[in-house]
Amino acid sequence: MRRTYLLEIVMIAVAVAFMFPVYILISLSLKDPPQISQSPLALPNPPTLDNFASAWSAAALGPSLMNSTVITVVSLVALITLGSFASYFLARVKSGLGYGLYILFLLGIVLPFQLGMIPLYQLVTELGLIGTHAGLILFYTGIQLPFTVFLYTGFIRALPREYASAAQIDGASHLVAFTRVVFPLLRPITGTVLILNAVFIWNDFFTPLIYLGGSGFETIPVSVFAYVGQYVSQHGLVFAGLVLGALPIVLVFLVLQRYVIKGFSSGLKG
Amino acid sequence: MTVLTAFRSRARATGRRVSADTPSWLFAAPALVVYALVVLYPAVSGMVYAFTDWSGIGEDRSFVGLANFGTLLGDEQAMGSIGNTILLTVAVVAVQNGVGLLLALGVNAKLKSRGLLRVIFFAPVVVSPVMVAFLWKYLFNPDPSAGLNGLLGLEVDWLGDPSVALWSIAGMVVWQYAGYSMVIFLAGLEGVPKELYEAAMIDGAGTWQRFRYVTWPLLAPAVTINLMLSTIGGLKLFDQVFAATNGGPGYATETLSTVLYKQAFVFGKFGYSTAIALVLALFVAAVSLVQVYYLRGREVTA
Repeated sequence: MRRTYLLEIVMIAVAVAFMFPVYILISLSLKDPPQISQSPLALPNPPTLDNFASAWSAAALGPSLMNSTVITVVSLVALITLGSFASYFLARVKSGLGYGLYILFLLGIVLPFQLGMIPLYQLVTELGLIGTHAGLILFYTGIQLPFTVFLYTGFIRALPREYASAAQIDGASHLVAFTRVVFPLLRPITGTVLILNAVFIWNDFFTPLIYLGGSGFETIPVSVFAYVGQYVSQHGLVFAGLVLGALPIVLVFLVLQRYVIKGFSSGLKG
Repeated sequence: MTVLTAFRSRARATGRRVSADTPSWLFAAPALVVYALVVLYPAVSGMVYAFTDWSGIGEDRSFVGLANFGTLLGDEQAMGSIGNTILLTVAVVAVQNGVGLLLALGVNAKLKSRGLLRVIFFAPVVVSPVMVAFLWKYLFNPDPSAGLNGLLGLEVDWLGDPSVALWSIAGMVVWQYAGYSMVIFLAGLEGVPKELYEAAMIDGAGTWQRFRYVTWPLLAPAVTINLMLSTIGGLKLFDQVFAATNGGPGYATETLSTVLYKQAFVFGKFGYSTAIALVLALFVAAVSLVQVYYLRGREVTA
């Protein structure tokens, strides 16, 4: 019993040290410039919210929040629809061609996207989708499909065929059997697919930077990047922008932490 | 009942057993189209461009054979970036997984605060790496009274000193992702049957022996996943470097990803850039294959 107490104290001390960067982030965002230069480590005295008001409008965080939400939500719907349908076929097909197709999808997990980055940029430009939500939604749907198919196919293979067969004996087509019977049974893996893809898409930086930079449709990481570049030496403003930029996903994480952690730790059993 | 009878007669008529047939390939067609368009076609084109002198503008390009790879061998910045990428990856993989394992072992004990600790250590994982890099860029400032120097009483120029900068970036990546390794190890630890510990204790095994002979072998799948994820993440590292140092000072923190970005979007050498991307792709593929074959071999079941 005594050893558990000792371990608990050690772990709490580690956690406090681990949170030092977060303390600096929040305390600096609440300080005026003289406080930041004279007492960078102390608690804000008195705290001020001025930085937040300036950062919110200067970083265009309202519109960026909207852009990030639209891009993430539409990409997730496309990924879950296309991914689950394709996986149902790939998990049930018995021909060699079907297996080859599955391997072809898995190849996409290993290929670094940088290899196709420039031809894809050219393609998206030719389609007239640079600087639009649609260009990025297409990108995320394609780039995250291999991982999504990998997760869904593994799960569906472990699912007894009898559920769908029973529905089909009652006269349902494959389409109806899948949407009404099989898809609802995929809920646990759909949760994992949703969480892992949502965190990736929401935070992705490089592709939105080259596709959306300067278009007025920037996502949060791109807006914050541009904003920090502009106010680089005004740490109070920069940190208020970082707090506001990180807040949406941190709040969602805190509310759904059990599911998020489960998604990250269970979804990767290959 | 009538539906069933009608259905049966139809099934007999077409001579197929419905329960055994597979869904139409049309289920996979939309996904395949998007995948081919966004991943396969660009990757194959990329491999072709790697052997050309394409500037990215217009169709004007000619095949130059292996010239881009020859340029790479003589390019100090690019060769340095390969070394940096490997050093950074090795440092991140070793420290992130070491710290992640220690955190997991600590949090896995029956602590009152275990739920809260888990949330604290994992939280940075969900934040954008660019924002984490901006936070650390301030923490790394050379002012002895502020940031990390102020806390530790040091006078280190974390990002300005070429011999330190790469390790500073590794440190910030470890801070962000140690919690990711931790939750995967925790999932592994939950799968170790309690009876095995009891049996080991009855046999007189101490704490270290229980870890070495019970926990560690059964953690092998979690080790495999963690090493794969952190290695691939380390090899592709871009956002953190781009935001914190942009490859500097000099070329001290340049990685394969930042060099291929600059060759394409700053210097317009698209052919050369895809050649570097191909080298990166080969690194990632080779490491993934080696890890899968080697690490899977030491996995055991409880």
